[in-house]
Amino acid sequence: MTNLKISALEFVEEAKNGNISVEDFIGKTLERIDSVEDKLHAFLSINDKALDQARELDKKIKSGEDVGSCFGMPISIKDNMCIKNSKTTCASKMLENFIAPYDATVISKLKKQDAIFIGKANMDEFAMGLTTEFSAYGPSKNPWNTEYVPGGSSGGSAVSVSSFECVASLGSDTGGSVRNPASFCSTVGYKPTYGLISRYGIISYANSIEQVGPLTRTVKDTAFMLNLIAGIDPNDNTTVNNNNEDYLANIDSGIEGKRIGIITDMMGDGIDPEVLTATKEAISKLEGLGAICEEISLEMVKYSVAAYYTITATEAGSNLARYDNLRYGYDFPVEGYEFNSYISKARRNFGPEVTRRMIIGGFVPSAGHAGKYFLKAMKVKTKLTKEINEAFKKFDLLIAPTVPVLPFKIGEKIDDPVSLFLIDINTVTANLTGKPAISIPFKIVNGLPIGIQLLANSMNDKLLLQAAHALEQTVTLPEVPI
Amino acid sequence: MTKIGLEIHCQLTNLQSKLFCSCKANYREFAPNENICPVCAGIPGSLPRLNQEAVKKATMIAMALNCSTPEKIAFFRKNYFYPDLPKNFQITQLNIYGDTSVGGTGTISIGDKKIRITRIQLEEDPGRIIYEGSSSKNQITLVDYNRAGTPLVEIVTEPDFETPREVRDFLNILSDLLKNLGVADPSLEGAMRADANVSVHGGNKVEIKNIGSFHDLEKASHFEITRQESLHDRDIPIAQETRHWDDRRKITVSSRSKEEDLDYRYFLEGDIPWVKINPEIRDELKLKMPESINSKKERYISKYKISAQVADVLSSDKFYSDLFEAAHTESNAKEVANIITTELMGLEDTREKRETSKLTAVHLKELADAIQTGTVSRNSSKNALHAILKTGKSVSAVISELDLGNVSDETELLKIVEKIIADEPQAVEQAKSNIQTINYLVGKVMQATKGKADPTLTLNLLKKQIGI
Repeated sequence: MTNLKISALEFVEEAKNGNISVEDFIGKTLERIDSVEDKLHAFLSINDKALDQARELDKKIKSGEDVGSCFGMPISIKDNMCIKNSKTTCASKMLENFIAPYDATVISKLKKQDAIFIGKANMDEFAMGLTTEFSAYGPSKNPWNTEYVPGGSSGGSAVSVSSFECVASLGSDTGGSVRNPASFCSTVGYKPTYGLISRYGIISYANSIEQVGPLTRTVKDTAFMLNLIAGIDPNDNTTVNNNNEDYLANIDSGIEGKRIGIITDMMGDGIDPEVLTATKEAISKLEGLGAICEEISLEMVKYSVAAYYTITATEAGSNLARYDNLRYGYDFPVEGYEFNSYISKARRNFGPEVTRRMIIGGFVPSAGHAGKYFLKAMKVKTKLTKEINEAFKKFDLLIAPTVPVLPFKIGEKIDDPVSLFLIDINTVTANLTGKPAISIPFKIVNGLPIGIQLLANSMNDKLLLQAAHALEQTVTLPEVPI
Repeated sequence: MTKIGLEIHCQLTNLQSKLFCSCKANYREFAPNENICPVCAGIPGSLPRLNQEAVKKATMIAMALNCSTPEKIAFFRKNYFYPDLPKNFQITQLNIYGDTSVGGTGTISIGDKKIRITRIQLEEDPGRIIYEGSSSKNQITLVDYNRAGTPLVEIVTEPDFETPREVRDFLNILSDLLKNLGVADPSLEGAMRADANVSVHGGNKVEIKNIGSFHDLEKASHFEITRQESLHDRDIPIAQETRHWDDRRKITVSSRSKEEDLDYRYFLEGDIPWVKINPEIRDELKLKMPESINSKKERYISKYKISAQVADVLSSDKFYSDLFEAAHTESNAKEVANIITTELMGLEDTREKRETSKLTAVHLKELADAIQTGTVSRNSSKNALHAILKTGKSVSAVISELDLGNVSDETELLKIVEKIIADEPQAVEQAKSNIQTINYLVGKVMQATKGKADPTLTLNLLKKQIGI
């Protein structure tokens, strides 16, 4: 009996030993997708060649040919990453018909390792949102309770991993878009140090702060994925050299003697009491493992969300300007239009959240307003970075809940963008400062997941994964009820 | 008082690839939209990959124009919608948030006048728009992105020009300088473009765009000065605006005000980290920098006693000064310089002629030597040069084939001299009283020998025969 619930490392081990037929595993995965997608809507498209690819791999494995280290593992990919010759929509009507003419760097790296891209995962349109409700193709549902949002923007990725529609997923995290849905769906979600993973082929939203990140069932799986996709890329000038770090090696080093700062500004007003309790439990577990925990205040955190939305709207306004529908996009003939009237009409196909942010993005950096908004936001970013760098002189790691609230119902907050914005308070700091951060599944309360977030200093990704692994080992969680 | 400032765009045509991808910088040979990739076509997800060589070349230009060069440079986004702009923003440079452009303030001399440079920035060229169809109703707009992403250096000057003539002189000097640096070939179509800012009597500044050539720039400035002067004379205020040069009607036309009010929302390009230009790089570039036109000129004059005028012409043309450097020796330098400036430049006055010419530096050296040793007269050397350009044959072969060798055989020449003396009794008498007039007789001998007579020998023989 094929077990779809195994971790990535288990899959690799079993496939290597010939205990798994890739064709069988992929077939069963597709059946699982078939049976749950009606309820979950994790995917925007399914790879119709997955079974053929699986058969090819089985042949290779049987004949003793060299096979990549993924051995046909089914991985879902957020629909803002380019896979050559396949649709990449960003969950937007604007890119309804966009077929990517090339592979993103992370895609070509995983292709080389014989991963099978099982499908493109749902998301908020152009990654703007934290519930997937802003997908132009309808929201994904939380597998723990399908009346609830799965988080976002990489909601489809988190849903597909937590409900066994794939073994692992790649999402992207601009302000928490990997960690937030990971927390809401009880998976591991990772936002690496800025520059650790190439962004080439990832459709930009706010390019100066966003990163690709894996969503997996275990911390070890994340380390495994990171080994495959991290590192310098000549196609992305912002990537950093990680000297081919092995993130899996010594992952069980433990955290004895490590100093952990508790970010008080992320546990103040508005935090759900259940989330606060869970965070305190996590802290005492870490102390039980020999860590030294102490409170720290990051003054700038209270301005971080405002700065985050100002900066991301500015960059989004520029990054999304190219969608003039002239060379790719959706079907809308140009005849009879003057350029400006055509593009303003064509661009009406953006959804409400993207439109909102583009209007903000046109305003905050404009002449006469930049000083009051955009430049001020950049100052907050600088100050916050200074502050967190100071904190890392004293602490090895920082801790806070990933999201201050529990998952909420679909539709509950969609008409209240400001209250939605505020939910990002605990996640945007890692993006604004370029630091690595991880969400670890920690607790299920009233059938809804709570994730705990750990942060480390830049390029301390390995240490962060070791700590996350240690915390993960202290908890046993129930299985997803779907 | 007229003030003109310039914004000159020059493509770095000598680079292999575009500014942010590996497509060819030389887009001219391609069919439309064949020299493109996801990066320069602005396909979603693509990222710019900075061409480090372009940064070096642009820094060299800044150094050659005596501009300050910062230790770190940054790129910014200039946001506006235009059909030729694949990303609907242009990656460029700015100096408003500190000196982060590839070049800061500098100067360049035209004669005794110094023109101040405001800044130099490295940026990407947009694509090209081609309008087809006659009336505006059935006009179609075609876009060719082959040019998009071509490395472009923008040189901005202060409004230091007072006449269109100065503008033209400056552009010629700048064009020579860029060629001399080996960064660009400004003669390629569209490789060097300029916009002008014109104001008169301290009034509002008017920007003129869409000027196709330097020649038109001079015309457009003339027109604009006249237009503004006439408004000023009638006390009509001059609007601060952007005007386009209408090449067909040869006038400037006001652009729609919409375009002037654009807010470019400049901000830092996060996809390109700051580039450090440390002292080692600057030193390395300094070593690689070719000798400046001025220094070349000085050297030609002081070392080879070449006349100032010839040295000026020779040094400011990279192609011919390179040829000179390869062809000359200590002894024949002046002769080589003269052949190039008085003969060769006229014979090869177009790019095509230069490219089809079979002349090499070796030819030039041998020809100059032949003149100096008297193997061929200066007169006949012109015919030899013609033949070499066409055939590429050696100097000695050309001289013997065309029978251009000097008549230096004394007995043969004596016969001719005697005949001339017999034919020109009057001139002989004159020469006796005024030695200067003997040149007439030398000329006659030259005529008779089709220019092949050795001039010194001819003179000596004439003097001897006449008895002076």
